[in-house]
Amino acid sequence: MQLYLPIADLPVNVFLVLAMGAAVGFVSGMFGIGGGFLMTPLLIFIGITPAVAVASVASHIAASSFSGALSYWRRRAIDPALASVLLCGGVTGTTLGVWAFTQLRALGQLDLMIALSYVVLLTTVGSLMFSEGLRALMRTRRGALPPRRTHNWIHGLPLKMRFKRSKIYLSVIPVVVVGILIGFIGAIMGIGGGFILVPIMIYLLRVPTSTVIGTSMVLTLVTMLFATMLHAVTNHLVDAVLALILMVGGVTGAQFGARAGQKIRGEQLRLLLGLLILSVGIRFAIELVIQPSDLFTIRELGVSG
Amino acid sequence: MTRTLLTIALVLLLGGAARAERLIVSVSNHRVTVTPNYSGEELVLFGSVERDATTPADRTAYDLVVTVRGPRADMVTRRKERTFGIWINTDYRQFLQVPSYLALFANRPFDAITSPEIARRQQIGLNNVLLTQRVGGDYADVVPNDAFRSAFIRLRTQRGLYREDPSAVTFLTPTLFRTGIPLPAEVPIGTYEIEIKLFANGAFIGKTETAFEIVKVGFEQFVATTARHNGFLYGLATVAMALMTGWMASIVFRKD
Repeated sequence: MQLYLPIADLPVNVFLVLAMGAAVGFVSGMFGIGGGFLMTPLLIFIGITPAVAVASVASHIAASSFSGALSYWRRRAIDPALASVLLCGGVTGTTLGVWAFTQLRALGQLDLMIALSYVVLLTTVGSLMFSEGLRALMRTRRGALPPRRTHNWIHGLPLKMRFKRSKIYLSVIPVVVVGILIGFIGAIMGIGGGFILVPIMIYLLRVPTSTVIGTSMVLTLVTMLFATMLHAVTNHLVDAVLALILMVGGVTGAQFGARAGQKIRGEQLRLLLGLLILSVGIRFAIELVIQPSDLFTIRELGVSG
Repeated sequence: MTRTLLTIALVLLLGGAARAERLIVSVSNHRVTVTPNYSGEELVLFGSVERDATTPADRTAYDLVVTVRGPRADMVTRRKERTFGIWINTDYRQFLQVPSYLALFANRPFDAITSPEIARRQQIGLNNVLLTQRVGGDYADVVPNDAFRSAFIRLRTQRGLYREDPSAVTFLTPTLFRTGIPLPAEVPIGTYEIEIKLFANGAFIGKTETAFEIVKVGFEQFVATTARHNGFLYGLATVAMALMTGWMASIVFRKD
């Protein structure tokens, strides 16, 4: 069934987009991530311009992270204090990101920037996660204990604050910086940033695993809601019809994904996620390096009359 | 102002009437509406060549060139080059107020209809259509084989937005003709001008114009205008929609 998208100005197959939403939702539910880094490339692949894809995916991620955050809230797995400090940074970062997005679009280098950031970010995070998962898997096979957590330089920073629910005592500076970073990357790349945020929070900030996913979902939710608003106001590129189809597919898929995820062990899950992220990154890298089939591209600067 | 226009129109009308042939044309649909299940359309243009007493008796074979132009827009063509091992956009040209849709139809090959000189003057064929570029501080069209110009036409043609077909116009009788105007799904919204030029024995002997429009109606129209003019409210609505969907999902799939 074809449906005309009013902002993308393009007819799409509803079932195809629903299926894409559900598939990405499944992955995101399974790993506890937003899944934007998979959704945006898929949308670009079916012919939606990168700018519209990035802007519309933001609201899709907001929907799935809200449904996730609600269930984590019921299980008291969200640290409100930590979430609010992260948010201060997140909102600032998103504002900067949407501003940079507009500037890059005017320069004609947005597509390149999106592709480059995907390559750098996904290959780095993917390989880190993959190797870490591999190490953990071998450790458990050998029956060794995980290495003892040590304090690092981050815990020497001033402005310390007590986060009760996470039971940690931490400076607010790294937390705000992480928020800014995730917000900025999210707005430019059309991703929630959960797949970067969760590892940073676990390995760098030493947030316990009980509150990490729920809290990161709150940050994702708010930055993505904010990004949706900013994209709608400044670039007028949010396609609500597209977003709705993605949301419905996404939240449904996420529920089944979450159930599947509970059946798999943590290390294997990280290994799989690392592999997935890495392969998306490599795919983007290949696209940049090999000669494109057409060296020329056209962009319309707005129809008049 | 109105009076001047009226006078001009009158002169043009009288001028047209004084010619030997008159073209009567119509399109099958003057208003194409974009509905949720819109996926392109094909219009039909039909018409006849009306002869009168002043028409030379030996002039019986006519040639027609139909030009359809979509709403005009500024477009940028960029060229990728290999820099530091990756392919990035380097050089670009800006095309000013060029048609977003352009179709040229005729009843036989353009070079058989008229001389290259007249074809150029009357903009017959994609190679002869005026596509103004900004080259530095100048505004000009360039030679047809310019890399950016030909890439521009090639890319638009691939998307079905630019096309030329020298056999699309069919004469049903020596004076009655028709042609189809294919509109792919991604054609831009707006007003489309159709120009019909009549040739006989290689000479340009007259033209007429008509138009149709493609409009978004109902829901599509509402969404598009709201997004453009009430960005804040539109954003709020999208945000509310996202929250509603997420909340509904957590209710529906709640495991207690």
